[in-house]
Amino acid sequence: MGLGRRLYRGEIDVDFVGRWKLWYSLSGFLLIVSLAGLLINGLNLGVEFKGGSVFAFKAQTATIQQVRTSFLDEGVHQPIVQTAGDRWRVTTESLDTAAVTKVQNGIAKDFGVPVKDVDIQSIGASWGGEVSKKAWIGLGVFMLAIILYLSMAFEPKMALAAIVALIHDLVITAGVYAWSGFEVTPATLLGFLTILGYSLYDAVVVFDMIKEVTGKLGTTSKQTYSMAANNALNHTLIRSLNTSLVAILPVAAILFIGTTLLGAGTLKDLSLALFVGMIVGTYSSLCVATPLLVTLKEREPRYQAIARRLASTTGTKGGKGAKSAATAKG
Amino acid sequence: MLLALIIALGGTMFLQKAFTPKLALDLAGGTTVTLSPVTLNGAAPPEEILDRAVNIIRDRVNGTGLSDAEVAKSGDNIIISVPGAGQEEVIKLVGTTAELRFRQVLAMAATQTPQELATEAPKPGTSPSAAPSSTATSAPSAKPSSSARAPKPTASPTGKALSSALVAPSATPSASAPATAAPKAQETPKAQDTKKGQKDAKATPAPTPTSSGQPPAQDPNAGINTQGIDPAVLAQFNKLDCSDPKNRGKGVQDDPAKQFAACESDGSLKYVLDVAKVVGTDISSASAGVQQGSTQWLVQLDFKSSGASEWSKLTSTAFNSQEPRNKVAVVLDGVVITAPNIIGPIPGGRAEITGGFTQKTATELADQLKYGALPLKFNPSSIDTVSSTLGQDQLMGGLISGAIGLGLVVLYSLFYYRGLGIVAVLSLGIATVITYTAVVVLGHNAGFRLSLPHIIGLVVSIGITADSFIVYFERIRDEMKEGRRTLRAAVEVAWVRARRTILIADAVMFIAAIVLYLLAVGGVAGFAFAMGLTTLIDVVVVFLFTKPLIAMLAKLKFFAKGHPLSGLDSERMSQDLGNTGRTTTPQEA
Repeated sequence: MGLGRRLYRGEIDVDFVGRWKLWYSLSGFLLIVSLAGLLINGLNLGVEFKGGSVFAFKAQTATIQQVRTSFLDEGVHQPIVQTAGDRWRVTTESLDTAAVTKVQNGIAKDFGVPVKDVDIQSIGASWGGEVSKKAWIGLGVFMLAIILYLSMAFEPKMALAAIVALIHDLVITAGVYAWSGFEVTPATLLGFLTILGYSLYDAVVVFDMIKEVTGKLGTTSKQTYSMAANNALNHTLIRSLNTSLVAILPVAAILFIGTTLLGAGTLKDLSLALFVGMIVGTYSSLCVATPLLVTLKEREPRYQAIARRLASTTGTKGGKGAKSAATAKG
Repeated sequence: MLLALIIALGGTMFLQKAFTPKLALDLAGGTTVTLSPVTLNGAAPPEEILDRAVNIIRDRVNGTGLSDAEVAKSGDNIIISVPGAGQEEVIKLVGTTAELRFRQVLAMAATQTPQELATEAPKPGTSPSAAPSSTATSAPSAKPSSSARAPKPTASPTGKALSSALVAPSATPSASAPATAAPKAQETPKAQDTKKGQKDAKATPAPTPTSSGQPPAQDPNAGINTQGIDPAVLAQFNKLDCSDPKNRGKGVQDDPAKQFAACESDGSLKYVLDVAKVVGTDISSASAGVQQGSTQWLVQLDFKSSGASEWSKLTSTAFNSQEPRNKVAVVLDGVVITAPNIIGPIPGGRAEITGGFTQKTATELADQLKYGALPLKFNPSSIDTVSSTLGQDQLMGGLISGAIGLGLVVLYSLFYYRGLGIVAVLSLGIATVITYTAVVVLGHNAGFRLSLPHIIGLVVSIGITADSFIVYFERIRDEMKEGRRTLRAAVEVAWVRARRTILIADAVMFIAAIVLYLLAVGGVAGFAFAMGLTTLIDVVVVFLFTKPLIAMLAKLKFFAKGHPLSGLDSERMSQDLGNTGRTTTPQEA
């Protein structure tokens, strides 16, 4: 049977939990690379964080050089010209209202655009600081709320594992931004914050199943916590992949339209952050959150006892179970 | 129940004949200004003061008659949205936001740029009609003195007659004295013929009749009574060039506890001003009106009780001083709006400003006096002007991506879940209908404006909604795989389990939405609102539509017998117990 068929029938048996060393190393590596990117490259902050003015207009025939010259002629010092099709977006240093009007009229004259069709965005330098301050507060409040909620709905260790996976997602997504040089705007931050919800959606589905399965583990159980968790994970694998895929499809649609039709802007910034974050989130809910949970849970005396007992009767259960038990102990 | 909800929403829509959502400015075009409060220590301003500022700005914006303009608080920020307006207009509208102050004039001089003076709007002089009414209960003590002095300004052509005057209010038809004084005063400037002459007359410090029409003194300090003026402020005053718009701009700061050199708002005059004795928050109301018994426009002021006594003290000090110290300047945002003569102490907490106002200028000044008293200073931290063309493009972009996203999800559901996929598609359809009607009804009844972040939120939420179906479908398949239940039983057992997962997952999304909404900056609130709304709708649809529909379909032979196209075919359901390496399902563990 091909992989697709097996996936369709839900017949997959991947030892996610047993390969925790692989996942931890992979994630550790990605985290280090991401942090290095943040330290070395930093984030390419958008005009919203530095302060400045953005002019957007449509001009069929203009060239980059013409647009640049037009702006320099109007007394702008550092125009940054971007284009998507016939849509132009020029970022300048912070201009006051009079200067903005002057540039606006200049564009109108040079490219035959009606004055009212020139879009302008002026942002004070302090704005970005305020946005990011709120974002950090939002992040903190959200994490606290989620830890509390998941601790009640599930248990504290699950909440902890979910939050660690969440931070993992955020750092790696930020790392992707640092290395790729994608512009970080308030819309991007919004995307980051939304990843929080999505990243957890998968984890909640998986954890709910793990809770159900492991709740039945008794002292005479034939399964260690690791094995049971791995089973639950495989069982929900198709569900996780499906939910992730279905969540990513609309985001991909926004990203596609945002990039091709509108160029830089809210649509693109937000969907790009979501797109990257969701892919990382799918990986982490399978390969980080659950192994981490197992690592935490196997320390509990109750599950250690099961693992010891099963390890001593190795052979009867065969390869996978013993391996899981052994690795989880180690 | 669901039907009732849809009918209620749809009915509202039909009754109000409103079928399209109200669009926010990023889709409809217009200017959005975000004002951030500037506090001395950077701390957040008290809620109550912020609310007051919002009300003041709202009054100010509404006062201009811009249709559909909105002023809203978002966190510490105030967001002003004006449809169809350009950046310049809106900035002008909210530009003057500093606190209003009344300061006694200590010295004044004309700006020495004749060209500028010539191009200025004329400042027609009128009578400082003191109107010493016999029944003015609010200012009984002022009666004798002001009536005695009423003719004084007209008698001395020092410029008093040309500038406006601050007086006690007239409650009854004015006496004959001011009525006759008015035409006289107006004839005087006409006879003097040039505006320059008026300004010079105004600027001449000595109250001598002969100075009228003479050029201003060359030595800046000449003729200025420097007594009591801080030398630093005087030096500042001498350097001050009011022909430079920068000195009349918004950057001008004035500390109410210090003397201050300032320009007249049109740049024609400059002043040395005393510390502010009365401030804008002391005013309880200001309005423009027509003087009784004439057609003269004037501005009426009412002071709060605390302000009234200060005001009385300030005016009597000014009244007892020599020209130009008999003037009290009204300073807004560091710029002198007007500096009328005080022709009598004004007790009783009421005052009138007269002096050649038109209806427009009187209303403007009244508005500035009333609304200028913003308790906070704001900086426009973000100004966003979207043309209607970009707005349309963004709307189209959002709708197209929504359609594509929805289409992809529908295709995937049908491909993967086949017959069950139809349930998913129908559920998504219902969710879409509810969402749309909710957006329309909210738009027309609760001031909800659909913005780009909303649309993105809605499109992104298609995924969440579909996720709930997937969770449920997979649960049903789990139950069926065990092979010991009929479909009808499996549907019920799976529901109990899936319900919990869906509720927890939706609760997490909802918490995220609430946190984002409460700590929102800019478009975040819209996005979070859309996410929260769709999460709720998702729960409603899953509980009231998807589940009952599946329970109903389970009775159909097509599904119950596991037709290959139903998504519940036996090939998929019975595999587990035999042919694979897996020996345990979670249920058996």
